[in-house]
Amino acid sequence: MNDLLPALPLSSGPPASGFLSSDLLSSDFLSSDFLSETVRALPSIAGGLLVTLEATLLGAALALVVAFALGLAALSRRMLVRGASRAVVEFLRGTSLYVQLFWLFFALPMLGFRLEPLACGVLAFGLNYGAYGAEVVRGSIAAVPAAQTEAAIALGMGPGLRLRRVVLPQAYALMIPPFKNLLIQLLKATPLLSLVTVADLTFRIDQLRSATGGTAAAYLLLLLLYFGVAVLLSAGMNALERSAKARLGQEGGGA
Amino acid sequence: MPTEPTAPAAPDAPGPVPDKVRFDGVTKRFGDHTVLDGLDLAVAPGERVTLIGPSGSGKTTILRLLMTLERVTGGVIHVDGEPFSHMPSGPSGRGGRGGRGGPGGPGGKLVPADERHLARRRRHIGMVFQQFNLFPHMSVLANLTEAPVHVLGLGKEEAAERARELLALADKADAHPTRLSGGQQQRVAIARALAMRPDVLLLDEVTSALDPELVAEVLDVLRDVAATTDLTMLCVTHEMGFARDISDRVLMFDGGRVLESGPPGALLDDPGHERTRSFLRSLH
Amino acid sequence: MWDMEAARAALPVVLSGFGVTLLATVLGFAVAVVAGLAVALVQRSAPRWIALPVRGLAAFVRSTPVMVQLFAVWILVPGLNALTIGVLVLGLHYATYLSEVYRAGIDAVPKGQWEACAALSLPRRRVWRAVILPQAVRNVLPSLGNYAVSLFKETPFLSVITVNEMVHEANSFGSTHFAYLESFTLAAVVFLLASWPTSLLVRRLEARLAH
Repeated sequence: MNDLLPALPLSSGPPASGFLSSDLLSSDFLSSDFLSETVRALPSIAGGLLVTLEATLLGAALALVVAFALGLAALSRRMLVRGASRAVVEFLRGTSLYVQLFWLFFALPMLGFRLEPLACGVLAFGLNYGAYGAEVVRGSIAAVPAAQTEAAIALGMGPGLRLRRVVLPQAYALMIPPFKNLLIQLLKATPLLSLVTVADLTFRIDQLRSATGGTAAAYLLLLLLYFGVAVLLSAGMNALERSAKARLGQEGGGA
Repeated sequence: MPTEPTAPAAPDAPGPVPDKVRFDGVTKRFGDHTVLDGLDLAVAPGERVTLIGPSGSGKTTILRLLMTLERVTGGVIHVDGEPFSHMPSGPSGRGGRGGRGGPGGPGGKLVPADERHLARRRRHIGMVFQQFNLFPHMSVLANLTEAPVHVLGLGKEEAAERARELLALADKADAHPTRLSGGQQQRVAIARALAMRPDVLLLDEVTSALDPELVAEVLDVLRDVAATTDLTMLCVTHEMGFARDISDRVLMFDGGRVLESGPPGALLDDPGHERTRSFLRSLH
Repeated sequence: MWDMEAARAALPVVLSGFGVTLLATVLGFAVAVVAGLAVALVQRSAPRWIALPVRGLAAFVRSTPVMVQLFAVWILVPGLNALTIGVLVLGLHYATYLSEVYRAGIDAVPKGQWEACAALSLPRRRVWRAVILPQAVRNVLPSLGNYAVSLFKETPFLSVITVNEMVHEANSFGSTHFAYLESFTLAAVVFLLASWPTSLLVRRLEARLAH
């Protein structure tokens, strides 16, 4: 497994030069050599796929927590809480995911904190997409008709009960489509992990590419694998959305 | 002349039994727009009062203030002789001294009520809305049992039993509210409010969103409620036949003030103001 | 710990990269705006045998990582310089987002507007120019602004194909001077200072157009 390290693009020199310097022009597309190498590399590719899925799901889970914390804070009646939420969201969204990940991986150790590369990725994905998700949470809750809250007040329900039993279950259905988009965006950001030594799908396939010279075929395979994962994640989110809408009695297509 | 009829409870004479609801000089403004302008109004326990008048005259605002969905700009609302929109200043606000009678008169200083005070006091008030406002993510039965279980602390079975007493659910118990007709939805909403056993029921144009042929079934339910309970009812409606049937008193509103009031027969058949007459004519 | 000297030395390097970042943003977004409109119009008006493959390809590009796309094109298309490839790939990637924005913006023009045009017998070109597009532009402008800010924050991906934009410069400064803390913090601050006012502006535009 030590042979992973030489492919690390950013640990020394300009980014990606080590990554891509070899065999720029060799593209013996779908050579039998490539096929047999691919078959031999299947366990390695599967391992990379698992790392990519792990990073995606852990990042999404953290993002969900961050999104709810910041989104609910943005709806607080206290101006200070709202302002703090706003500032954190603007900071996390404004500083670019790419820079955040590199900062956690390269700069944070200089302050004496060293995180596992995968943990850097999960943290960066969770914070960055959590900040985008905060707006989804805030907007979805605000989009639940005020009349629903009024009906709950008229039934003597307190603020916590109203949020938990009346507002959130309805806001939930509105959150799923934008969350689906964010999830796909997060998946598409995970190749960044390969730049910080994590052996994700992109990293593994790039190894295969270096080993075989099957440049075009390797990238086509890589894109198809990401596309497949994206399609599966979308399908899962669509199923969630259907069940949430059915619970609101909207399956007939009416609003 | 019916302009100054004998009201069951005059605003300035509380009598031995405190008014169920009393508005003392209540003003409500939205920005520059004054919706209620120094309103005095007293409602006796068990009294049925219907509020009529052109839209924008402040009728619905009265109900919303009583339900604590809006806050007064000026004046005080009392319920059961105790301040409702306000509470005594100082640490007593959280002490929860409930049972003492007597309005928060000249002695104690009143400050606008905090959320806790409002939450405690509004328990005994229920409301039915123009647009039903049923919870779309819950079955019909869950709509009826949600608050009794989670607010009153009833057992699930007990709450379901109460729901069945209030409404013949038959096969609709597990249905989605959106699958019901408008009239059925509003009947569920009425039962939902009654399941909390309120003393005061607020009805805010409960038939205005219904197709004409569905109005009767809802009004019949409410006639039944009026006949079989001693609930205090405040009702905003354009259904004059219904107002006649259930009301002890009708108040005609215009521009944030009570233009005239009286028993339904007198006011609806022989209004004292030209404004009332033209309003009533406009309904036909 | 934070080294002020290193930060002072890093600042001009980072800022010189920022020029490339801005250039890539402007050019990339220009590609996205034009190509996105083309994709939207093809999907709307072209015969099915063209519209369907275009729709499928757009979905594929939209659902796969731009970083892998950059690698792939960089290696498969020799002879173009890295910035050109970066601008084209990032621009086309965003074009697939913008085509959806345009589609939604056109769909959001009420059906009654088309019917009113039919009732007035307006010629087709006039319908688009005078009635539909002015309303659609109102619908899409805030989204375009948001995507422009988003593209700006994704330009660091171009560093993987050796484009010397800001993060590339911050990274090489960090590695040669062992001053990652200073160089990446500065890069983050520059991103924040540039993107925050822009998104505030977009939000104001959004609020104004909502009326």
